[in-house]
Amino acid sequence: MRAVLRKGWGPSVAVLALLALITLAGPWLAPYDPGAHDVDLGAVGPSAQHLLGTDNLGRDVLSRLLAGTRTALIGPVLIALGTTLLGTTLGLLAGYRRGWLDAVLMRLTDLMFALPGLLILIVVVGVAGGSYATAVLALIVLGAPADIRVIRSLALSQRELAYVDAARTLGLSGRRIMFRHLLPNLGPTVTANLLLSFVFALIALSGLSFLGIGLPAGTPDWGLMIAENRTILDLNPWAAVAPTLLITITAVAATILGDRVFERLSA
Amino acid sequence: MVFARVATRRLGAVVVLLLVLSVLTYGLLALAPGGPEQALLGERASTPETRAAIRLQYHLDEPFPVRYWYWLSGALGGDFGNSVYFRQPVLSVIGERLPVTTTLAGFAIVLTLAVGIPAGLAAGLRRGSAIDRGVTFGTLVSLAFPPFGIALILLYTFGVALRWLPIYGSDQVANYVLPAIALALGQAAVVVRQTRAAALDVGGQDYVTFARARGLSRLRVWGSYSLRNAALPVMTVAGLLAAANLTGAVFVEQAFSLPGLGSLLVQAVNQKDIPLVQALVLLGGAVVIAVNLLVDLLYMVIDPRVRHGAAA
Repeated sequence: MRAVLRKGWGPSVAVLALLALITLAGPWLAPYDPGAHDVDLGAVGPSAQHLLGTDNLGRDVLSRLLAGTRTALIGPVLIALGTTLLGTTLGLLAGYRRGWLDAVLMRLTDLMFALPGLLILIVVVGVAGGSYATAVLALIVLGAPADIRVIRSLALSQRELAYVDAARTLGLSGRRIMFRHLLPNLGPTVTANLLLSFVFALIALSGLSFLGIGLPAGTPDWGLMIAENRTILDLNPWAAVAPTLLITITAVAATILGDRVFERLSA
Repeated sequence: MVFARVATRRLGAVVVLLLVLSVLTYGLLALAPGGPEQALLGERASTPETRAAIRLQYHLDEPFPVRYWYWLSGALGGDFGNSVYFRQPVLSVIGERLPVTTTLAGFAIVLTLAVGIPAGLAAGLRRGSAIDRGVTFGTLVSLAFPPFGIALILLYTFGVALRWLPIYGSDQVANYVLPAIALALGQAAVVVRQTRAAALDVGGQDYVTFARARGLSRLRVWGSYSLRNAALPVMTVAGLLAAANLTGAVFVEQAFSLPGLGSLLVQAVNQKDIPLVQALVLLGGAVVIAVNLLVDLLYMVIDPRVRHGAAA
C-alpha cells in the first residue's frame, strides 16, 4: 500500500491546491456566466467556444463546473473542520475524563452506528425542506461518532503513559493536560481524520444535491449537474461525466494525502 | 446458558433500538412544512370537513404519546396509513416496488462477495506483490467514486456508447447488470479491505506455520484452517454493508430511473408524502438492525470463544 501511495504525495497536493485556487478565483476564471442560457443552442458536445460543451439549456459546462467548486468544496471543508473539532473534543473528554460523559457518548455512538445514518439524513433534511446550511450541519453530526471513537481509544491508552502522570503530579488542570499534552500526540490521527471526513462529506453532500436536497434547482453544483445532465448522455456526456470525474479525483487526492500525512507525522 | 443470556440481552437492545427509530420516524410528521394536518391532507381540497376527517383518522387531537401509540400499533399490524400521493395503503405501494429493489440488492451482494473476497484473499496472501498493490489502489479509487457517478459513467459507456445493455426498463435481467455493478463497487472495496486484513492476520498465526510444518498442502491449510478464522472479521462488516446497500440503492435507482424503493423514497421525500416516508425509513432501519443482530448471533454460533463466556 505504501509503495503505491508514496508516489501520490506531489500530485495530491497539486490537485487540491489547484481546486482551492479555482474555488477562490472561480467566478473570474469562468469563460461564460454559469447561469447564461442559450436555449436555441441546447446541449452540444465540446467545441472551441465551449471546451466541455453545453447542457440542455445551452449553459457552458466548464463555467458551471468552475462555479460549482463553491458548493462542492466549501461545504465539505466546513464539515471536515466541524466534524474533527466536535469529534476530537468529545473523544478527548470521553477518553480522558471517563465517567458519565463517556458512558453517554458510547451509547449514542452505538446508536448512530446501528442505524443507516445517511438514509435518515436524506429523509430528515428532505422532509424539512432543509437548506444547504442544514445539510452541512447534519453531516457534521453524522460524521462525528467515528472521530469520537478513534480519538477516545487513543486518549484511553495515552492517559496511562508517564508524561500524563507527570503532568498530573505537577498539578496541571485536566483541560490543560488534554489540549496541550495529549492532543499534540494525536496530531497524525487528527489530521488523517480531517482528510477522511472531507472525503466522506464531499461524496455525501454531492449525493444530497444529486437527489435534489439542500440546493435550489439550477444552482451550479457538481452533484446537481450530474442529476440534471443524466438525460443528455447521448448529446453531451461531458456535462455529467466531468463533474463525476472531478468529485472522484478530489476524493482520491484527499485520501492519498491523508495517508501520506499520517505516515509522515507518525514516523 | 451463556448463549441464551447473551442472545436475550442483544434482543433487548434491538427492541430499544427499534423504539428509538420508530419515535424518530413518527417525529418526521411534525417536521413537515405546514404541520402534520397539511402534510396528511396533501393536494386534496382543504375544507373544514376534510381537515376534521384527517384529524380524526390520524388522532391528531390526542397528545403526542397517545398519537404515537396509535401509529405504532397500526404499524406493527402492517397499517402505515394511506400514501398521500398515491391515495392507497402505504404497504401496497411498497409491495409493488419491492421486487425491483430486492433484485438489485441481491444481485449487488452476490457481486460484492464474489469479487471482494477472492480479490482480498489474493492481495492478502501475496502481500506487497503487484496484485496486492493493484487491488489496494483499486479499492482506494472505488471508495472515492460517488455511486451515482459510477452509475452515469457505466450508463454512458455500456448503454449509450457501446450499446451493449439497455439504458431503460426494469423487467429484464439485463436492466439490473449496470445498477448492480454501480451499487457493488464501493461495497466490494470494503469487503476487499476487510478480507485482506483478515488474511494478513491469519497468515501470520502459529497454527498456520505448524500445519505447514506438518506437511499439509497450502490449499488444505487455507481451506480447513485459515478461511474459517478469517471469515469472522469479514462477517462483522455485514451490517455496514446492509446500510450501504440501502443508501446506495437510493442513489443508484435514482440514477438509472429504476422504479424501486430507493427512487420511491426520493419521490416521497420530495412530495412530503409522510406516511410513505415513515414506512420506508422504518423498514430500512429494521433491515439494518436485523442484519446486525443476525451477525452477532451467527458469530456466537461459529466462534466457540465468543459462545463460552468470553462474550461478556
